[in-house]
Amino acid sequence: MRFLLFSLVLTAFAQISAAFEIEDQTRFGVEGGAERLRIISTADIAFFEPMVDPFLTAHPDTEIEYVVVSSAELMRALQDENETFDLAISSAMDLQTKLANDGMALRHSSSATLSVPAWAVWNDMLFAFTQEPAAIVISNAGFADLPVPKDRHDLIDLLRNHPDRFRGRVGTYDVRASGLGYLFATQDTRASETYWRLTEVMGALDARLYCCSSDMIDAVASGELLIAYNVLGSYAMNRVGQDAFSIVLPTDFTTVMLRTVLIPKAAASPDLAREFVDHLLVQAHAAPTDGVAAELEQIETSLNRIRIGPGLMVFLDQLKKRAFLSEWTNAILQD
Amino acid sequence: MSLLASAAVLAVAVYFVVMSVASQVAQQSQDNVLEASARSILDSARFVAGEISLDLPYSALSMLDGVVHERVFYAIRLEEEFLSGYRDLPRATGGKAGTHGFFSAAFLGDEVRIASVQRSVATDMGQRVLQVSVAQTRMGQTQALARISRTSMGIGFGFFLSSVLLAIVVARSTIRPLDRLTVSVSRRGPKDLRPVAAPVPKEMVPLVTSLNSLMKRLKKSLSRSEDFIAEAAHRVRTPLAIVRTKAEVARRRVQDPATRDALSEMIHAIDDSSRTAGQLLDHAMVTFRLDHLSEQDVDLPQLVAETVERQRPVSELKNIHLMTSVLEPWVLKGDPILLQNALLNVLDNAIKYAPDGAQVDIVVKARAGGAVLSVSDTGPGFPEDEMETLTGRFARGGNAGDVIGSGLGLTIAKEVIDAHGGDLNITNIAGAGGCVSFFFPLS
Repeated sequence: MRFLLFSLVLTAFAQISAAFEIEDQTRFGVEGGAERLRIISTADIAFFEPMVDPFLTAHPDTEIEYVVVSSAELMRALQDENETFDLAISSAMDLQTKLANDGMALRHSSSATLSVPAWAVWNDMLFAFTQEPAAIVISNAGFADLPVPKDRHDLIDLLRNHPDRFRGRVGTYDVRASGLGYLFATQDTRASETYWRLTEVMGALDARLYCCSSDMIDAVASGELLIAYNVLGSYAMNRVGQDAFSIVLPTDFTTVMLRTVLIPKAAASPDLAREFVDHLLVQAHAAPTDGVAAELEQIETSLNRIRIGPGLMVFLDQLKKRAFLSEWTNAILQD
Repeated sequence: MSLLASAAVLAVAVYFVVMSVASQVAQQSQDNVLEASARSILDSARFVAGEISLDLPYSALSMLDGVVHERVFYAIRLEEEFLSGYRDLPRATGGKAGTHGFFSAAFLGDEVRIASVQRSVATDMGQRVLQVSVAQTRMGQTQALARISRTSMGIGFGFFLSSVLLAIVVARSTIRPLDRLTVSVSRRGPKDLRPVAAPVPKEMVPLVTSLNSLMKRLKKSLSRSEDFIAEAAHRVRTPLAIVRTKAEVARRRVQDPATRDALSEMIHAIDDSSRTAGQLLDHAMVTFRLDHLSEQDVDLPQLVAETVERQRPVSELKNIHLMTSVLEPWVLKGDPILLQNALLNVLDNAIKYAPDGAQVDIVVKARAGGAVLSVSDTGPGFPEDEMETLTGRFARGGNAGDVIGSGLGLTIAKEVIDAHGGDLNITNIAGAGGCVSFFFPLS
C-alpha cells in the first residue's frame, strides 16, 4: 500500500516535470553541433566522461546530451514513454536484455562487434563495454587485528566468530530498491548456496541496507561500516582516499556485471549511435590497461561473468521476483 | 537434351526433398526444446497458501539461447487469468490438460515458434488448468536452413552432374555397338551382301538377325535375276548365231537387190542383239567376279600389251591404228581378268566409234600417287553434256549414230575400276578426240 502510494506520488510528480525521473544531466562537445547524440544512462557523469572524450576528438562537431537515470527509469523511458534516445547504457543487464528481447533495440553488426569476445555481444543488439566485479570492501581500521577474508566462507566464519564487533556494521544492497543489488544477489544464488547462509548471518547481525554502491563505500570509508558486501569494485577503485579501505574480490567466485549499451529502435541518429558503440567496444576490448580489467584477467578462473541472454529475464518474472524477495527479506530482516 | 531436362528435374526434386526433410527435422528439434522449456516451467508450479507459486527455473529460458542468439518470450496463464510473462503472447486455443501444441505466429516484430503445455493443478477452487507458453524466434532455424539449403543445393547439383555423366556413359555404351554396326554396314561395297558377323549385344541380336535375313533374301533375289539375265543372254545368243548364219547364206543366194538389202539390215540387227547379249553375259561375269574379287599382282603394262594385241585384228579390219606410246612399269593388286575386260570394253568403244584411219593410243604412266592408264583416240570425242551419265547402264552417247552398242561397256569398266579403288575419268582432248583414263591410286 505504501509502495502504491509512493509510486502514485512519483507518477504525479513525473507528469509535472518530465515523463521520467532524471538524476543528473550534462552536455559534452559543441553545443548546437552538426551532429547530435542523446544518451540515456545509469552511469555517473564522472564515470562516463573519459569514454566520451576520445570520441569527441574524432567527431569534433558533435553534441552529446547525457542523461543519468536509474535503471528502472531507463526502462520506463524507453518502453513506456517512447522517448527518443540514440543510446541506452545501463548496468542492469536483466532490464537491458529484456529491452533487446522485446524488440526495443536496433541490430548492429560491424567489424568492431565481430572482434569482441562472444560473451560481450548478444543477438547483435546488446554490447558489453565494461566488466565490473562485485567486491567486498572492508575497513582497514576495523580489520587491523583480524585476517582479511579471502572468500565468502572466510567472511561467514569471521562474522560468526565476532558477532559483537560486526553487529550493525555490515552493509549490503537493499535488493528491493536496487536493480543492480537484485542482479548481484540473484546471480550469487545461482552460483552457490553460500549466498543464503551469508545473508542469514548478515541478517542476524542487523545488516544495514543501501541503495547504492557509493553510499556503501562512503560508509566504509567513514568507519561507519566495517564490511560492505557486493559493492561495485570499479566505484571503489576509482574513489579517492583508498587507504581507508581494502577491496576484496572473493576467490570462490566473483560475480562480474557487464555494463551494456544498446541502440533504441526509436534512435534519431542511429548511424552516429553505431559509430559510438563501435568506439566503446574498441576502447573497452583493447588490451586491458586500466586497473579493473587487468585485475580481472588475473583471476579469470574464479570469474562468474553474468551471461547476457534470456536467462536473465527469469528473475524479472513477477512470480519469481516475488518469491525471491520474500525469501531474501525473511533472511535479512529477522524480526 | 531430354536427358539434361530429366536430370535437372530430378536434381530439383532432390533439393526439395532434402529441404523439406531438413525443415521438418529443424522444426521438430525446435519444438522439442520449446516443449522441454515450457514443461520445466509448468513443473515448477505449486499451489501454496491460496495462490499459484512458480519457481521459474533459470535454465527454462537460458536453454533457449543457443549458439545463435534468440529472442525468447513466455506467458503463464491460469485458465483465462494471466499470471506472468508476456501478456500479449498468442496462445493456443482449445486443448485439454496434459496436452501440448505448437504453432507459429508473429510477435514483437519477429516470427516466433510457440509451444504451449498445460496441466491441471489442484487449487482451493477445484482443479484448474495452468497453461505455459514459451516462444522463441527462429533465427537459428533460419540460419540452419540456409546452411542446409546451400548443402542440398550442392547435393542437387552433384546429383545432376553425376546423373548426366552416368546417362551419357550408359547411352554411349548402348549406342556404341549400334555405331559399330552402322560403320560395318556402311563401309561395305555396293555388292557386299554377306551377313553381319561382328558380335553385338544381346538386345541387338534380333535387329541383326532380321538385317542378315533381309540381306540374304536380297542377295538371293539379285543373283537370281542376274542368273536369269545371263541365262537369257546365253539362250538368245546361240539361236541368234544360227539365224545370222542362215541370213548370210540366204543373202548370198538371192539376186534381188531389195531382198539383199532387207537381209543385210536383218544381219545388222542380229549383230546388234548378239553383241548386247554378249555384253550382258560379260556384265554378269564381272558382277560375279566383283563379289569375289581376287587380289593378284597384276603387271599393268603387260596386261595392256596383251589386250591391245588381242584387239589388233579387229582394229585393222576398220583400218584403225592401235599404239602404246608409253608403258611405264606398274604393279597393282587386283583381278587381271576383270581389268582386262574393262580395258577391252573401252578399246572396243574406241574402235567402234573412231572413224577410219584414226589412231588409238594406250598409255600407262606411273605417277607419285598412283598409275594412270589412258585410252585416247582421234575420233569425234564425247558429247560434252553427257559425260556424267555415260557410265550408267544402257546409256549411249547422243552421237553414237547407227553404230552397234549396248551401252554396258563403260558401265562395266567403271564398276571394275571402282572395285579396285580407282577412278574412271572421261575427257575430251581439245581438237583430238575422246579420252578415257583409269586412275589406280597407290594402295
